[in-house]
Amino acid sequence: MLSRLVLRAAPAALRALPPPVAVGVLHTTRPLHTTRQSLAPVPPLPEKGGEVRHGLIPEEFFQFLYPKTGVTGPYMLGTGLLLYLLSKEIYVVNHETAAAACILTVIVYAIKKFGPEVAAFADKLNEEKVATAVAMKDEAIQTLQTAIEEEKKEQWRAEGRSYLFDAKRNNVAMLLETNYRERLLMVYSEVKKRLDYQVAMQTLKRQKEQDHMIQWVEKNVVQSITPQQQKESIAKCIVDLKALSKGAHAAV
Amino acid sequence: GPLWERPLMEVRLGELHTWISTCNFSPQGLLAAVQRAWSSYCAKYIHVKQGGPAGISMLLAGYCLLSYGWNYQHLKRHRWRKYH
Repeated sequence: MLSRLVLRAAPAALRALPPPVAVGVLHTTRPLHTTRQSLAPVPPLPEKGGEVRHGLIPEEFFQFLYPKTGVTGPYMLGTGLLLYLLSKEIYVVNHETAAAACILTVIVYAIKKFGPEVAAFADKLNEEKVATAVAMKDEAIQTLQTAIEEEKKEQWRAEGRSYLFDAKRNNVAMLLETNYRERLLMVYSEVKKRLDYQVAMQTLKRQKEQDHMIQWVEKNVVQSITPQQQKESIAKCIVDLKALSKGAHAAV
Repeated sequence: GPLWERPLMEVRLGELHTWISTCNFSPQGLLAAVQRAWSSYCAKYIHVKQGGPAGISMLLAGYCLLSYGWNYQHLKRHRWRKYH
């Protein structure tokens, strides 16, 4: 029904369009890219078609005759028409009539018997098609939903960046501190080394001077001991020893 | 709406000749009218979710009637009575 309305409105819309416009060398019957008609989403198909009675005569005919002739009007019209055609032999009964009667009987019987099953099968096919399309749509929506949640989570995570930066700042400060202290230590050790060197130099020099002086004094003293003094000292030693031995003998 | 925009089914009997005078009888107009009629028939009886035998059966019945009409001169010779 909706598509019928659309199609009824189409001629009116077509007549309301502006006359052909020459855009450059291209003759167009409508302004390009400014139409208000949108082709998507396509309106869905109507559920049921127009009502038809006995498979042949649309319901509108019966409704058309109802106010004047009631319910039996169209049937009386049909019967009268049929009798007129037969009696005046405008419709001639021949072999084709018998054939048509048999064929119609078979067709009507087949439709009445197998109609619902075929309809159910076709409906099932349609259902499957629609189900795949809907499944795709749902899957796409689900993917986008998860993407949205992931994004929100990432945004929440990004809020914690202040903590991250604090930690990094602390790390950097600690590194600087460590480096500074290492360098202090190095300075201290270097200075101490230099000072130790100086101290060692001084002690070495003093020691060398002392040793040298002692040697020199000893050498001079030894040189100064003349032979005369040596004899006198030896004699004195012998006298002292004798005295000592006397004393020891006396003690014993 | 105005007379020339209404479809045939909604035109009253008295306004019929006026309506016919507003029709476009050029080839393009006739072709457009045939196209419109076919489209509305299809949209009403064939392009539906649950159509029945009605869509095609009406077409076949119309075809039967038309072919009977075209062959009437030949079928007239198979009459049973001489005088009607």
